[in-house]
Amino acid sequence: MIDSLSGFVAELREIGIPVSMVEAIDAAIAIEHTDLSKADNLRATLGATLVKNSRHYPAFDAAFDVFFGLRLASPTGTDRERDGDGGPFAAGSGGGAGSGSDEISDAILRALLAGDHDALRRLVAAAVDMYAGMQPGRPVGGRYYAYRVLRRLDSDQLMVRLLVALGAAHTESELEDRTVHASAEELVDQMRSEVEREITSRLVADRGAAQVAATRRMPLIEDTNLVHATRTEIEEVERAIAPLARKLATRLSQQRRHGEKGRLDVRRTIRRSLSHGGVLLEPQFKKPRKSKPEFVVLCDVSGSMATFARFTMQLAYAISSELSKVRVFAFIDGLDEVTEYFGPGVDFAEALMSMSSEADLVRSDGHSDYGRSFRDMWENYADAVTSKSTVIVTGDARNNYRDPGSEYLDRIAERSRALFWLNPEPRRFWDTGDSVMSRYAQACDAIDQVRTLRQLERFVERAALPAARRSRLVS
Amino acid sequence: MTGEWTTPQDVASALESVGYLADARIAQVAFLANALSKPILAEGPAGVGKTALALALAEATGRRLVRLQCYEGLDEAKALYEWDYHKQLLRLQSEEGAAWDEIEGDIFSESFLLTRPLLEAIRSKEPVVLLIDEVDRVEVETEALLLEVLDTYQVTVPELGTMTAVTTPIVVLTSNNTRELSEALKRRCLYLYVPYPSIERERAILVSRIPDLPEKLADKIARTVSAIRQLPLRKAPSVSETIDWARTLIALGIEDVNDEVTSDTINVLLKYQVDIDRAAKEFSLDTPDG
Ligand SMILES: Nc1ncnc2c1ncn2[C@@H]1O[C@H](COP(=O)(O)OP(=O)(O)OP(=O)(O)O)[C@@H](O)[C@H]1O
Ligand SMILES: [Mg+2]
Repeated sequence: MIDSLSGFVAELREIGIPVSMVEAIDAAIAIEHTDLSKADNLRATLGATLVKNSRHYPAFDAAFDVFFGLRLASPTGTDRERDGDGGPFAAGSGGGAGSGSDEISDAILRALLAGDHDALRRLVAAAVDMYAGMQPGRPVGGRYYAYRVLRRLDSDQLMVRLLVALGAAHTESELEDRTVHASAEELVDQMRSEVEREITSRLVADRGAAQVAATRRMPLIEDTNLVHATRTEIEEVERAIAPLARKLATRLSQQRRHGEKGRLDVRRTIRRSLSHGGVLLEPQFKKPRKSKPEFVVLCDVSGSMATFARFTMQLAYAISSELSKVRVFAFIDGLDEVTEYFGPGVDFAEALMSMSSEADLVRSDGHSDYGRSFRDMWENYADAVTSKSTVIVTGDARNNYRDPGSEYLDRIAERSRALFWLNPEPRRFWDTGDSVMSRYAQACDAIDQVRTLRQLERFVERAALPAARRSRLVS
Repeated sequence: MTGEWTTPQDVASALESVGYLADARIAQVAFLANALSKPILAEGPAGVGKTALALALAEATGRRLVRLQCYEGLDEAKALYEWDYHKQLLRLQSEEGAAWDEIEGDIFSESFLLTRPLLEAIRSKEPVVLLIDEVDRVEVETEALLLEVLDTYQVTVPELGTMTAVTTPIVVLTSNNTRELSEALKRRCLYLYVPYPSIERERAILVSRIPDLPEKLADKIARTVSAIRQLPLRKAPSVSETIDWARTLIALGIEDVNDEVTSDTINVLLKYQVDIDRAAKEFSLDTPDG
């Protein structure tokens, strides 16, 4: 067990989950207090000792299935070995007899409806025997085998039959209808993940856990590319944004001017004085109050940036619910203020929709024009930027070979407290083609590559106000 | 450490006997916390029973609950201990003229010490459950105050030395995940993510909390709430709101959940008008304001 534990810990670290030495030792000790006859006990033990961030659990669970799914697993697994009927790749060639598939599907349907997990496991194992066509040593991923099995079991058909069985035909309302659908989907998912688990454990028996885990590794949500994120990824990332916004707001709240102290703290002064026999030697001051930071966000929302813009908008929206003053401007080849679309109590998705249909972001052809947009900002909204504002620009600086208008960004920067630029493109592509990133460099206190949540986190962690506004006016 | 627990099932039944329904994972983590004398860090959305877990552990073990409620600005003086300077001043005045050396040892002694929850838990003669509630509300620097306590169940008062817990407390920290807690804090804890309960567990919670709730209605309520939680909401209904909703339905003498009932009472479940509108739209409900 200790051997597989250290392999497992190495795999977690490989995925990017930070596991310290102490935690690995804690896990080893905790295992001694764990009843290993059920895999889920071990899962709970390792989850509690090794993984301290809820976002990491999907990746943890996937790796756990690979490493411990087989060893502790199903009664079928052990039966098979005991019967000695050929190990993980027993039985059928994968061609599969046509008639058997209906019988198995019927039985699976019954097992799902009855909530009989053991029966489900046995049936799925049989289905994998018949339809997966697994061959030892073949460099085929589990997904391919799973696909073959699921195609034969026909999950669409199963869904329909489950809906019928659960009474979808007799629902009286939309809500009830949804509820029935949700239950049916959950059952289909149960079967699907059972198939995946069964195949995984056979692959592990063939090639070893470490190798299978390496081909399966799913990126942590913080390493997902925000530019191409899927819907579920988007939802998961969005949950992580509020804490980040809070951190950013705190980091950038302005400390009072250097040397200025807060009000006298009478209680602490007297307490301290008692160490000197009651003589008030050292007046104690309260920490100076921090002032609310103000943000101005300029967001490229053109086609290529659409998904990414969603995150920066949401970051802005989350910051504004942290009681900071935020004004948001969106641009494509023209710029418009969109702050009001994101007020408190507004649904975020709808706000995005109404913003794109109502706001005035396109002046001519709808291709990004940074120069024009910065000029709009300067000419129409210069007042929004004051010596208290932190300006955040997000975009790829791909200007379609138009005039960069960097003098306008310089002027905006000059009025501001600090200006940061977040660019989702990898650094090596900056200034290639129509990207004019470095033309804006002198206006920026920092330009960061931000295409993942982890990079956004790093930006937030490092974001600091410049000691003083350096003069940037270009002659 | 509580001696009677030899399996996680013991923990689950002990908790159930005081009305808290733990799933296998919660039971396993609570069991480990007790066996290894390690704090539990329970994280998850609001109202899923994190605080209730600590209360139930106290009730189930017959231990006293010591609670430190965290808030922004919480400091050492409110979390650990504070010298009673009023009393110290009085003593100084009454002893005017005495040598400082003599008085110093005197006014920094036990009788001038005001104990706050952390020190109270450490010094308690009977075993306690220490609940450090909503730890994500304190600034990250303040977390450092907790580390000594969580690590070794000790508190150091410079003038008095280090005090070690006489009996090992069961410690539960809760967090709503509004910010990342420090690695240092997390390393010292067993991590327990508490999500919204499954339909079955929520139904069971309802039945155990509201004995006169018919099983069938409980089931319908749990299913409906679970469907509502699937929507992208600003604030999804918590378990306590599910319980409130069930109580409301009972008080209104309602025996079955249908669209009309849901639209009339959905404000018990959803607190934001945007969320109510969203649910109304998704489920084609006819809400008063929607
Ligand atoms: N597993 C459970 N068994 C019994 N009751 C439960 C359970 N989970 C939640 N409850 C009920 O839900 C209520 C809310 O739980 P609690 O206040 O502990 O939530 P919380 O997670 O601490 O929320 P918050 O983050 O808002 O403090 C409890 O009073 C309890 O009645
Ligand atoms: Mg609570």
